[in-house]
Amino acid sequence: MVDTVLFELLHTEMVAELCTHDPDLDPGPGGQKMNLLVLEGMGFRVGQALGERLPREMLAFREELDVLKFLCKDLWMAVFQKQMDSLRTNHQGTYVLQDNSFPLLVRMGSGLQYLEEAPKFLAFTCGLLCGTLSTLGIKSLVTASVAALPACKFQVVIQRF
Amino acid sequence: MSRQANRGTESKKMSSELFTLTYGALVTQLCKDYENDEDVNKQLDKMGYNIGVRLIEDFLARSNVGKCHDFRETADVIAKVAFKMYLGITPSITNWSPAGDEFSLILENNPLVDFVELPDNHSSLIYSNLLCGVLRGALEMVQMAVEAKFVQDTLKGDGVTEIRMRFIRRIEDNLPAGEE
Repeated sequence: MVDTVLFELLHTEMVAELCTHDPDLDPGPGGQKMNLLVLEGMGFRVGQALGERLPREMLAFREELDVLKFLCKDLWMAVFQKQMDSLRTNHQGTYVLQDNSFPLLVRMGSGLQYLEEAPKFLAFTCGLLCGTLSTLGIKSLVTASVAALPACKFQVVIQRF
Repeated sequence: MSRQANRGTESKKMSSELFTLTYGALVTQLCKDYENDEDVNKQLDKMGYNIGVRLIEDFLARSNVGKCHDFRETADVIAKVAFKMYLGITPSITNWSPAGDEFSLILENNPLVDFVELPDNHSSLIYSNLLCGVLRGALEMVQMAVEAKFVQDTLKGDGVTEIRMRFIRRIEDNLPAGEE
């Protein structure tokens, strides 16, 4: 068992490291985007591996909705020690997962003051969701949005072919 | 994934897998970003330092540990309280130098290295080097300049993992010495 503080601090350091240091020395708007992609990629790998370590019966979900419910309950519990606050869907492959006090934003403050900084702290988790879904056999696009800290919404769009 | 009963103030536990996997993803990324292992080691140490200087606040607030009067006491607190609290393990303390300014922490199972195998081309990578930075950063905030380094590592075929701790000096001023 590891203390959650350690994960939170490590996450903060990762964000700081990747969003200030740029291996390609490529300034401008592209640089920041790339760094978010890198963070997202790291989250993806972690999510993939976490997905593989889930109990076997989880892999036998038949309904997409069950998988999403699983993310909201069990995955969120394992990662953030709480459940997602709400799950909505249009029944056409788009899901909105809302967390009213997202743990990685809670310590930053509440309100609008640090809104600009928020995306950096969400990229890893977007990747995490996407990676877990991919292990469960679902291709998806995950984006996050914040209207006011520390609440945030993750939008999952299932990719079908 | 079970939660433990409250110990002291707020104490949330998570399965170590998420932390271990995240750390692994970080090391992998750094190995891509930097050309040689030395730079990765340095970067891990620096990030650990930044974590340590913040972690100490959390530790002091939750542990009721007062001021340590000597390095032996510090060693005990690190091994029996801090490692236990944050990583869920209790390293053993051995190899005291005669002067009492150096000791070793022996880690039987290092949670950071679960599921890890070092590829051959990273022989000088100190995979868990973050820990050294954490120890150094945290102790610096309580006015102790120390050096922490891995001298044995199970990832490299040693029987145990050993972190050597060396007391350098007591920091008199409140200012941390020019760290980046």
